[in-house]
Amino acid sequence: MAVTGLILILFLIIHVTVNACIWAVVFIPGDNGEVFNKASHWLGQTLVPRILEIGLFAFFIIHIVQGYVLEVQNRKRRGVGYAVSMGSRGSAWYRKSMGLLGTLILLFLVVHIADFWIPSRFGGLTDVSYEDTPGKTYHNLYGRMMEVLRIPWIVVLYIIGCISLAWHLIHGFQSSFRTLGVANKRYLTLLNGTGWVFSIVVALLFAMMPVSVFLGWIR
Amino acid sequence: MEHYTMHLTLKVWRQKNADSKGRFETYEVKDISSEMSFLEMFDVLNERLIREGKEPIAFDHDCREGICGTCSMYINGRPHGPWHATTTCQLHMRAFRNGDTIVVEPWRAKAFPVIKDLIVNRNAFDRIIQAGGYISVNTGNAVDGNAIPIKKENADKAFAAAACIGCGACVAACKNSSALLFVSAKVAHLALLPQGEPERKTRVVSMIEQMDKEGFGSCTFTQACEAVCPKEISITNISRLKKEYLRAGLESDR
Repeated sequence: MAVTGLILILFLIIHVTVNACIWAVVFIPGDNGEVFNKASHWLGQTLVPRILEIGLFAFFIIHIVQGYVLEVQNRKRRGVGYAVSMGSRGSAWYRKSMGLLGTLILLFLVVHIADFWIPSRFGGLTDVSYEDTPGKTYHNLYGRMMEVLRIPWIVVLYIIGCISLAWHLIHGFQSSFRTLGVANKRYLTLLNGTGWVFSIVVALLFAMMPVSVFLGWIR
Repeated sequence: MEHYTMHLTLKVWRQKNADSKGRFETYEVKDISSEMSFLEMFDVLNERLIREGKEPIAFDHDCREGICGTCSMYINGRPHGPWHATTTCQLHMRAFRNGDTIVVEPWRAKAFPVIKDLIVNRNAFDRIIQAGGYISVNTGNAVDGNAIPIKKENADKAFAAAACIGCGACVAACKNSSALLFVSAKVAHLALLPQGEPERKTRVVSMIEQMDKEGFGSCTFTQACEAVCPKEISITNISRLKKEYLRAGLESDR
Protein backbone atom coordinates (compact mmCIF):
# COMPACT_ATOMS: atom_id res chain seq x y z
CA MET A 1 0.00 0.00 0.00
CA ALA A 2 2.83 2.36 0.90
CA VAL A 3 4.78 2.02 -2.34
CA THR A 4 1.75 2.23 -4.63
CA GLY A 5 0.35 5.05 -2.48
CA LEU A 6 3.53 7.11 -2.80
CA ILE A 7 3.60 6.57 -6.58
CA LEU A 8 -0.01 7.73 -6.78
CA ILE A 9 0.98 10.78 -4.71
CA LEU A 10 3.63 11.58 -7.35
CA PHE A 11 0.92 11.30 -10.00
CA LEU A 12 -1.29 13.69 -8.01
CA ILE A 13 1.48 16.30 -8.09
CA ILE A 14 1.64 16.10 -11.89
CA HIS A 15 -2.14 16.06 -12.25
CA VAL A 16 -2.68 19.03 -9.97
CA THR A 17 0.03 20.98 -11.77
CA VAL A 18 -1.65 20.44 -15.15
CA ASN A 19 -5.01 21.33 -13.60
CA ALA A 20 -3.56 24.56 -12.26
CA CYS A 21 -3.09 25.64 -15.89
CA ILE A 22 -6.78 26.55 -15.99
CA TRP A 23 -5.87 29.62 -13.96
CA ALA A 24 -4.10 30.90 -17.06
CA VAL A 25 -7.61 31.84 -18.21
CA VAL A 26 -7.77 34.30 -15.33
CA PHE A 27 -4.18 35.47 -15.17
CA ILE A 28 -3.06 35.55 -18.83
CA PRO A 29 -5.08 38.06 -20.88
CA GLY A 30 -6.66 36.55 -23.97
CA ASP A 31 -6.22 32.91 -22.89
CA ASN A 32 -9.34 30.87 -23.32
CA GLY A 33 -8.10 27.46 -22.29
CA GLU A 34 -5.08 27.30 -24.62
CA VAL A 35 -2.51 26.78 -21.84
CA PHE A 36 -4.70 24.14 -20.21
CA ASN A 37 -5.36 22.28 -23.46
CA LYS A 38 -1.66 22.23 -24.34
CA ALA A 39 -0.67 21.02 -20.89
CA SER A 40 -3.36 18.34 -21.07
CA HIS A 41 -2.08 17.39 -24.51
CA TRP A 42 1.38 16.83 -23.09
CA LEU A 43 -0.01 14.69 -20.30
CA GLY A 44 -2.56 12.78 -22.37
CA GLN A 45 -1.18 12.49 -25.89
CA THR A 46 2.61 12.46 -25.83
CA LEU A 47 4.71 9.31 -25.73
CA VAL A 48 6.37 9.25 -22.30
CA PRO A 49 3.26 10.04 -20.22
CA ARG A 50 1.33 7.47 -22.27
CA ILE A 51 3.82 4.75 -21.42
CA LEU A 52 3.82 5.81 -17.77
CA GLU A 53 0.03 5.76 -17.90
CA ILE A 54 0.04 1.96 -18.23
CA GLY A 55 2.03 1.71 -15.01
CA LEU A 56 -0.23 4.27 -13.39
CA PHE A 57 -3.32 2.17 -14.07
CA ALA A 58 -1.51 -0.89 -12.72
CA PHE A 59 -0.60 0.97 -9.52
CA PHE A 60 -4.15 2.24 -9.14
CA ILE A 61 -5.52 -1.28 -9.49
CA ILE A 62 -2.95 -2.81 -7.12
CA HIS A 63 -3.60 -0.07 -4.54
CA ILE A 64 -7.39 -0.51 -4.75
CA VAL A 65 -7.41 -4.33 -4.79
CA GLN A 66 -4.82 -4.65 -2.02
CA GLY A 67 -6.68 -2.06 0.03
CA TYR A 68 -9.95 -3.97 -0.16
CA VAL A 69 -8.29 -7.35 0.45
CA LEU A 70 -6.60 -5.95 3.60
CA GLU A 71 -9.80 -4.32 4.78
CA VAL A 72 -11.78 -7.56 4.42
CA GLN A 73 -9.04 -9.69 6.03
CA ASN A 74 -8.56 -7.28 8.92
CA ARG A 75 -12.27 -7.05 9.66
CA LYS A 76 -12.36 -10.82 10.08
CA ARG A 77 -9.62 -10.80 12.75
CA ARG A 78 -11.84 -9.62 15.59
CA GLY A 79 -14.48 -12.36 15.70
CA VAL A 80 -16.89 -11.24 18.43
CA GLY A 81 -17.15 -7.46 18.48
CA TYR A 82 -17.09 -5.12 21.48
CA ALA A 83 -20.28 -3.93 23.17
CA VAL A 84 -18.69 -0.55 23.84
CA SER A 85 -16.59 0.76 20.98
CA MET A 86 -13.39 2.70 21.53
CA GLY A 87 -14.61 5.36 19.09
CA SER A 88 -12.00 7.95 18.33
CA ARG A 89 -10.24 7.67 21.70
CA GLY A 90 -6.62 7.16 20.70
CA SER A 91 -7.13 6.95 16.99
CA ALA A 92 -8.53 9.73 14.82
CA TRP A 93 -11.58 8.76 12.70
CA TYR A 94 -9.83 9.24 9.37
CA ARG A 95 -7.00 6.86 10.31
CA LYS A 96 -9.60 4.14 10.82
CA SER A 97 -11.67 5.06 7.76
CA MET A 98 -9.16 4.63 4.95
CA GLY A 99 -11.41 2.00 3.34
CA LEU A 100 -14.45 4.27 3.38
CA LEU A 101 -12.46 7.31 2.21
CA GLY A 102 -10.85 5.19 -0.52
CA THR A 103 -14.27 3.99 -1.67
CA LEU A 104 -15.54 7.58 -1.94
CA ILE A 105 -12.45 8.47 -3.97
CA LEU A 106 -13.04 5.40 -6.17
CA LEU A 107 -16.66 6.46 -6.86
CA PHE A 108 -15.39 9.87 -7.87
CA LEU A 109 -12.66 8.27 -9.96
CA VAL A 110 -15.09 6.15 -11.99
CA VAL A 111 -17.17 9.20 -12.91
CA HIS A 112 -14.06 11.28 -13.50
CA ILE A 113 -12.50 8.73 -15.88
CA ALA A 114 -15.79 8.38 -17.74
CA ASP A 115 -16.05 12.17 -18.05
CA PHE A 116 -12.54 12.99 -19.16
CA TRP A 117 -10.10 10.15 -19.68
CA ILE A 118 -12.31 7.91 -21.87
CA PRO A 119 -13.47 10.67 -24.25
CA SER A 120 -9.92 11.96 -24.46
CA ARG A 121 -8.54 8.54 -25.32
CA PHE A 122 -11.31 7.02 -27.42
CA GLY A 123 -12.81 10.04 -29.13
CA GLY A 124 -15.78 12.16 -28.29
CA LEU A 125 -13.98 15.46 -27.89
CA THR A 126 -13.87 18.36 -30.32
CA ASP A 127 -10.44 19.47 -31.47
CA VAL A 128 -8.98 22.94 -31.52
CA SER A 129 -5.84 24.34 -33.12
CA TYR A 130 -3.74 27.32 -32.17
CA GLU A 131 -1.90 29.85 -34.33
CA ASP A 132 1.57 29.24 -32.93
CA THR A 133 1.44 25.53 -33.76
CA PRO A 134 -0.05 25.41 -37.25
CA GLY A 135 -1.40 22.08 -38.46
CA LYS A 136 -1.48 20.60 -34.94
CA THR A 137 -4.76 19.92 -33.20
CA TYR A 138 -5.50 19.58 -29.51
CA HIS A 139 -8.42 17.94 -27.73
CA ASN A 140 -10.60 20.66 -26.33
CA LEU A 141 -10.57 19.32 -22.78
CA TYR A 142 -11.13 22.84 -21.56
CA GLY A 143 -14.44 22.96 -23.41
CA ARG A 144 -15.36 19.54 -22.05
CA MET A 145 -14.56 20.67 -18.54
CA MET A 146 -16.76 23.75 -18.90
CA GLU A 147 -19.65 21.47 -19.89
CA VAL A 148 -19.20 18.73 -17.30
CA LEU A 149 -18.44 20.91 -14.30
CA ARG A 150 -21.68 22.83 -14.69
CA ILE A 151 -23.73 19.76 -13.75
CA PRO A 152 -24.61 20.12 -10.04
CA TRP A 153 -24.43 16.44 -8.98
CA ILE A 154 -21.04 16.02 -10.64
CA VAL A 155 -19.73 19.12 -8.87
CA VAL A 156 -20.99 17.73 -5.55
CA LEU A 157 -19.37 14.35 -6.25
CA TYR A 158 -16.09 16.02 -7.21
CA ILE A 159 -16.06 18.04 -4.00
CA ILE A 160 -16.81 14.92 -1.93
CA GLY A 161 -13.98 13.19 -3.82
CA CYS A 162 -11.57 16.04 -2.99
CA ILE A 163 -12.51 16.14 0.69
CA SER A 164 -12.09 12.36 0.92
CA LEU A 165 -8.75 12.64 -0.85
CA ALA A 166 -7.53 15.20 1.68
CA TRP A 167 -8.30 12.96 4.68
CA HIS A 168 -7.03 9.86 2.86
CA LEU A 169 -3.74 11.65 2.16
CA ILE A 170 -3.34 13.11 5.65
CA HIS A 171 -3.14 9.57 6.99
CA GLY A 172 -1.62 7.92 3.94
CA PHE A 173 1.26 10.33 3.41
CA GLN A 174 2.99 9.86 6.76
CA SER A 175 1.83 6.27 7.16
CA SER A 176 3.59 5.32 3.88
CA PHE A 177 6.89 6.61 5.14
CA ARG A 178 6.46 4.77 8.43
CA THR A 179 5.83 1.56 6.49
CA LEU A 180 9.05 2.17 4.57
CA GLY A 181 10.90 2.28 7.86
CA VAL A 182 11.35 5.97 8.67
CA ALA A 183 11.93 5.87 12.42
CA ASN A 184 13.73 9.18 12.88
CA LYS A 185 11.57 11.39 15.13
CA ARG A 186 12.58 14.62 13.40
CA TYR A 187 11.83 13.22 9.96
CA LEU A 188 8.50 11.84 11.15
CA THR A 189 7.49 15.22 12.56
CA LEU A 190 8.55 16.87 9.31
CA LEU A 191 6.72 14.27 7.20
CA ASN A 192 3.59 14.62 9.31
CA GLY A 193 3.57 18.40 8.85
CA THR A 194 4.38 18.11 5.16
CA GLY A 195 1.60 15.54 4.81
CA TRP A 196 -1.00 17.88 6.29
CA VAL A 197 0.06 20.84 4.15
CA PHE A 198 0.39 18.72 1.00
CA SER A 199 -3.00 17.04 1.47
CA ILE A 200 -4.87 20.25 2.10
CA VAL A 201 -3.16 22.20 -0.69
CA VAL A 202 -3.62 19.43 -3.28
CA ALA A 203 -7.26 18.80 -2.35
CA LEU A 204 -8.02 22.54 -2.36
CA LEU A 205 -6.39 23.01 -5.77
CA PHE A 206 -8.40 20.10 -7.16
CA ALA A 207 -11.65 21.27 -5.56
CA MET A 208 -11.19 24.84 -6.81
CA MET A 209 -11.72 23.63 -10.42
CA PRO A 210 -15.32 22.43 -10.20
CA VAL A 211 -16.14 25.22 -7.75
CA SER A 212 -14.70 27.92 -10.00
CA VAL A 213 -16.36 26.61 -13.15
CA PHE A 214 -19.69 26.07 -11.43
CA LEU A 215 -19.74 29.52 -9.87
CA GLY A 216 -18.62 31.10 -13.11
CA TRP A 217 -15.26 32.36 -11.84
CA ILE A 218 -13.71 30.75 -14.89
CA ARG A 219 -15.50 31.28 -18.17
CA MET B 1 -7.86 13.38 47.14
CA GLU B 2 -10.98 12.95 49.14
CA HIS B 3 -12.04 9.42 49.92
CA TYR B 4 -15.58 8.41 48.98
CA THR B 5 -17.66 5.28 48.59
CA MET B 6 -19.86 4.44 45.66
CA HIS B 7 -22.54 2.14 44.36
CA LEU B 8 -21.93 0.86 40.85
CA THR B 9 -23.62 -1.19 38.16
CA LEU B 10 -21.31 -3.67 36.46
CA LYS B 11 -22.03 -5.32 33.14
CA VAL B 12 -19.58 -8.19 32.90
CA TRP B 13 -19.01 -10.68 30.09
CA ARG B 14 -19.69 -14.20 31.38
CA GLN B 15 -18.70 -17.20 29.30
CA LYS B 16 -18.49 -20.72 30.69
CA ASN B 17 -15.71 -21.97 28.44
CA ALA B 18 -14.14 -21.53 25.03
CA ASP B 19 -16.93 -23.38 23.25
CA SER B 20 -19.97 -21.87 24.93
CA LYS B 21 -21.70 -18.68 23.92
CA GLY B 22 -21.18 -15.85 26.35
CA ARG B 23 -23.46 -13.04 27.47
CA PHE B 24 -23.40 -9.97 29.68
CA GLU B 25 -24.51 -10.28 33.33
CA THR B 26 -25.42 -7.23 35.37
CA TYR B 27 -24.25 -6.87 38.98
CA GLU B 28 -24.90 -4.15 41.51
CA VAL B 29 -21.92 -3.54 43.79
CA LYS B 30 -22.26 -1.40 46.90
CA ASP B 31 -19.92 0.48 49.25
CA ILE B 32 -16.94 0.44 46.94
CA SER B 33 -14.10 2.59 48.26
CA SER B 34 -12.51 5.12 45.93
CA GLU B 35 -9.13 3.85 47.18
CA MET B 36 -9.70 0.28 45.97
CA SER B 37 -8.05 -0.96 42.83
CA PHE B 38 -10.31 -2.12 40.01
CA LEU B 39 -9.36 -5.74 40.70
CA GLU B 40 -10.06 -5.36 44.43
CA MET B 41 -13.55 -4.24 43.47
CA PHE B 42 -13.83 -7.50 41.50
CA ASP B 43 -12.53 -9.42 44.56
CA VAL B 44 -15.31 -7.89 46.65
CA LEU B 45 -17.88 -8.90 44.06
CA ASN B 46 -16.43 -12.41 43.71
CA GLU B 47 -16.46 -13.00 47.49
CA ARG B 48 -20.13 -12.09 47.50
CA LEU B 49 -20.82 -14.42 44.54
CA ILE B 50 -19.03 -17.27 46.35
CA ARG B 51 -21.05 -16.61 49.53
CA GLU B 52 -24.22 -16.72 47.44
CA GLY B 53 -23.10 -20.06 45.98
CA LYS B 54 -22.62 -18.62 42.50
CA GLU B 55 -19.71 -19.01 40.13
CA PRO B 56 -17.18 -16.18 40.67
CA ILE B 57 -16.04 -14.13 37.68
CA ALA B 58 -12.81 -15.49 36.21
CA PHE B 59 -10.21 -12.83 35.38
CA ASP B 60 -6.46 -12.83 34.84
CA HIS B 61 -4.23 -11.19 37.45
CA ASP B 62 -0.85 -11.82 38.99
CA CYS B 63 1.54 -9.16 40.29
CA ARG B 64 -1.08 -6.44 40.74
CA GLU B 65 1.63 -3.82 40.50
CA GLY B 66 1.53 -3.14 36.78
CA ILE B 67 4.58 -5.08 35.67
CA CYS B 68 3.54 -8.62 34.76
CA GLY B 69 1.10 -7.96 31.92
CA THR B 70 -1.42 -10.53 33.10
CA CYS B 71 -4.48 -8.41 33.74
CA SER B 72 -6.55 -7.81 30.67
CA MET B 73 -9.92 -6.12 30.93
CA TYR B 74 -11.59 -3.98 28.30
CA ILE B 75 -13.32 -1.41 30.49
CA ASN B 76 -15.95 0.98 29.12
CA GLY B 77 -14.61 0.63 25.59
CA ARG B 78 -10.92 0.93 26.38
CA PRO B 79 -8.27 -1.70 27.19
CA HIS B 80 -7.17 -1.30 30.83
CA GLY B 81 -9.82 1.38 31.41
CA PRO B 82 -9.89 5.16 31.23
CA TRP B 83 -6.49 6.08 32.69
CA HIS B 84 -3.49 6.73 30.46
CA ALA B 85 -0.46 4.41 30.74
CA THR B 86 -2.11 2.25 33.39
CA THR B 87 -2.77 -1.48 33.65
CA THR B 88 -6.14 -2.70 34.92
CA CYS B 89 -4.63 -3.64 38.28
CA GLN B 90 -3.28 -0.12 38.75
CA LEU B 91 -6.58 1.46 37.78
CA HIS B 92 -8.25 2.74 40.92
CA MET B 93 -11.90 3.18 41.66
CA ARG B 94 -11.45 6.94 42.01
CA ALA B 95 -11.53 6.91 38.22
CA PHE B 96 -15.28 6.37 38.60
CA ARG B 97 -18.19 8.20 40.23
CA ASN B 98 -21.04 7.01 42.39
CA GLY B 99 -23.80 5.52 40.23
CA ASP B 100 -21.60 4.79 37.20
CA THR B 101 -22.28 1.82 34.96
CA ILE B 102 -19.09 0.00 33.99
CA VAL B 103 -19.01 -2.44 31.07
CA VAL B 104 -16.22 -5.02 31.30
CA GLU B 105 -15.33 -7.23 28.32
CA PRO B 106 -12.46 -9.59 27.55
CA TRP B 107 -9.84 -8.75 24.85
CA ARG B 108 -11.54 -9.42 21.53
CA ALA B 109 -9.47 -11.05 18.78
CA LYS B 110 -9.69 -14.39 17.06
CA ALA B 111 -6.04 -14.94 17.96
CA PHE B 112 -6.98 -14.44 21.65
CA PRO B 113 -9.89 -16.87 22.16
CA VAL B 114 -11.83 -16.55 25.41
CA ILE B 115 -11.02 -19.34 27.89
CA LYS B 116 -13.53 -18.29 30.52
CA ASP B 117 -15.35 -15.04 31.36
CA LEU B 118 -12.71 -12.30 31.09
CA ILE B 119 -9.72 -14.60 30.57
CA VAL B 120 -8.33 -14.95 27.05
CA ASN B 121 -5.68 -17.31 25.76
CA ARG B 122 -2.58 -15.28 24.90
CA ASN B 123 -0.32 -18.21 24.02
CA ALA B 124 -0.05 -16.72 20.53
CA PHE B 125 2.31 -14.11 22.03
CA ASP B 126 4.46 -16.83 23.58
CA ARG B 127 4.76 -18.61 20.23
CA ILE B 128 5.79 -15.33 18.55
CA ILE B 129 8.51 -14.90 21.19
CA GLN B 130 9.64 -18.52 20.69
CA ALA B 131 9.89 -17.83 16.94
CA GLY B 132 12.60 -15.22 17.40
CA GLY B 133 12.46 -13.17 20.58
CA TYR B 134 15.69 -14.56 21.99
CA ILE B 135 19.48 -14.07 21.71
CA SER B 136 22.41 -16.46 21.51
CA VAL B 137 24.77 -16.33 24.50
CA ASN B 138 27.86 -18.30 25.35
CA THR B 139 27.49 -20.58 28.32
CA GLY B 140 29.88 -20.32 31.26
CA ASN B 141 30.39 -17.50 33.67
CA ALA B 142 28.10 -14.55 33.25
CA VAL B 143 29.85 -11.75 31.38
CA ASP B 144 30.04 -8.38 33.12
CA GLY B 145 27.05 -6.31 32.02
CA ASN B 146 29.22 -3.36 31.04
CA ALA B 147 31.76 -5.38 29.02
CA ILE B 148 30.06 -4.49 25.72
CA PRO B 149 29.92 -0.78 24.96
CA ILE B 150 26.43 0.37 23.96
CA LYS B 151 25.53 3.84 22.77
CA LYS B 152 23.49 5.63 25.44
CA GLU B 153 20.68 6.58 22.99
CA ASN B 154 20.35 2.98 21.85
CA ALA B 155 20.37 1.67 25.39
CA ASP B 156 17.55 4.09 26.25
CA LYS B 157 15.49 3.22 23.18
CA ALA B 158 16.01 -0.51 23.74
CA PHE B 159 15.01 -0.11 27.38
CA ALA B 160 11.85 1.78 26.42
CA ALA B 161 10.92 -1.01 23.98
CA ALA B 162 11.77 -3.70 26.51
CA ALA B 163 9.21 -2.17 28.86
CA CYS B 164 6.53 -4.04 26.88
CA ILE B 165 4.81 -6.45 29.28
CA GLY B 166 3.01 -8.38 26.53
CA CYS B 167 -0.46 -7.74 27.92
CA GLY B 168 -2.10 -7.59 24.49
CA ALA B 169 -3.89 -4.26 24.94
CA CYS B 170 -2.48 -3.23 21.53
CA VAL B 171 -4.32 -6.11 19.87
CA ALA B 172 -7.48 -5.40 21.85
CA ALA B 173 -7.48 -1.74 20.81
CA CYS B 174 -6.51 -2.15 17.16
CA LYS B 175 -9.37 -2.15 14.67
CA ASN B 176 -7.41 -4.75 12.69
CA SER B 177 -6.51 -6.83 15.79
CA SER B 178 -2.88 -6.35 14.80
CA ALA B 179 -0.11 -7.42 17.16
CA LEU B 180 2.53 -5.33 15.48
CA LEU B 181 3.19 -2.99 18.42
CA PHE B 182 4.02 -6.00 20.60
CA VAL B 183 6.17 -7.66 17.91
CA SER B 184 7.90 -4.38 17.06
CA ALA B 185 8.75 -3.74 20.71
CA LYS B 186 10.49 -7.12 20.91
CA VAL B 187 12.24 -6.73 17.55
CA ALA B 188 13.34 -3.16 18.23
CA HIS B 189 14.55 -3.98 21.72
CA LEU B 190 16.93 -6.67 20.43
CA ALA B 191 17.83 -4.95 17.14
CA LEU B 192 19.08 -1.90 19.03
CA LEU B 193 21.51 -3.92 21.16
CA PRO B 194 24.73 -5.67 20.10
CA GLN B 195 23.54 -8.83 21.86
CA GLY B 196 20.73 -9.08 19.32
CA GLU B 197 23.03 -8.95 16.31
CA PRO B 198 23.55 -12.70 15.56
CA GLU B 199 19.82 -13.32 14.91
CA ARG B 200 19.07 -9.87 13.57
CA LYS B 201 18.21 -10.94 10.01
CA THR B 202 16.18 -14.01 10.89
CA ARG B 203 14.42 -12.76 14.02
CA VAL B 204 12.18 -10.17 12.41
CA VAL B 205 11.17 -12.49 9.55
CA SER B 206 10.42 -15.47 11.82
CA MET B 207 8.44 -13.39 14.31
CA ILE B 208 6.32 -11.78 11.58
CA GLU B 209 5.71 -15.17 9.95
CA GLN B 210 4.51 -16.54 13.29
CA MET B 211 2.39 -13.45 13.90
CA ASP B 212 0.62 -13.97 10.56
CA LYS B 213 0.17 -17.67 11.31
CA GLU B 214 -1.54 -16.81 14.60
CA GLY B 215 -4.18 -14.84 12.74
CA PHE B 216 -3.42 -11.27 13.84
CA GLY B 217 -4.40 -8.52 11.41
CA SER B 218 -2.09 -6.15 9.61
CA CYS B 219 -0.99 -2.74 10.82
CA THR B 220 -2.46 0.35 9.16
CA PHE B 221 -0.91 2.83 11.62
CA THR B 222 -4.17 3.92 13.22
CA GLN B 223 -2.10 4.56 16.37
CA ALA B 224 -4.77 3.21 18.75
CA CYS B 225 -2.23 0.73 20.16
CA GLU B 226 0.15 3.47 21.27
CA ALA B 227 -2.69 5.39 22.92
CA VAL B 228 -3.76 2.46 25.12
CA CYS B 229 -0.37 0.86 25.84
CA PRO B 230 0.12 0.81 29.63
CA LYS B 231 3.88 0.98 29.08
CA GLU B 232 3.71 3.78 26.49
CA ILE B 233 5.46 1.75 23.79
CA SER B 234 5.90 4.08 20.82
CA ILE B 235 4.74 3.22 17.30
CA THR B 236 8.17 4.41 16.20
CA ASN B 237 9.13 0.84 17.07
CA ILE B 238 6.84 -0.31 14.26
CA SER B 239 8.81 1.87 11.83
CA ARG B 240 11.96 0.30 13.24
CA LEU B 241 10.50 -3.18 12.67
CA LYS B 242 9.60 -2.26 9.08
CA LYS B 243 13.16 -1.09 8.52
CA GLU B 244 14.53 -4.31 10.01
CA TYR B 245 12.15 -6.34 7.84
CA LEU B 246 13.15 -4.55 4.62
CA ARG B 247 16.80 -4.89 5.52
CA ALA B 248 16.41 -8.57 6.34
CA GLY B 249 14.73 -9.10 2.98
CA LEU B 250 17.52 -7.32 1.10
CA GLU B 251 20.35 -9.04 2.94
CA SER B 252 18.73 -12.42 3.53
CA ASP B 253 20.92 -15.50 3.18
CA ARG B 254 17.88 -17.66 2.60
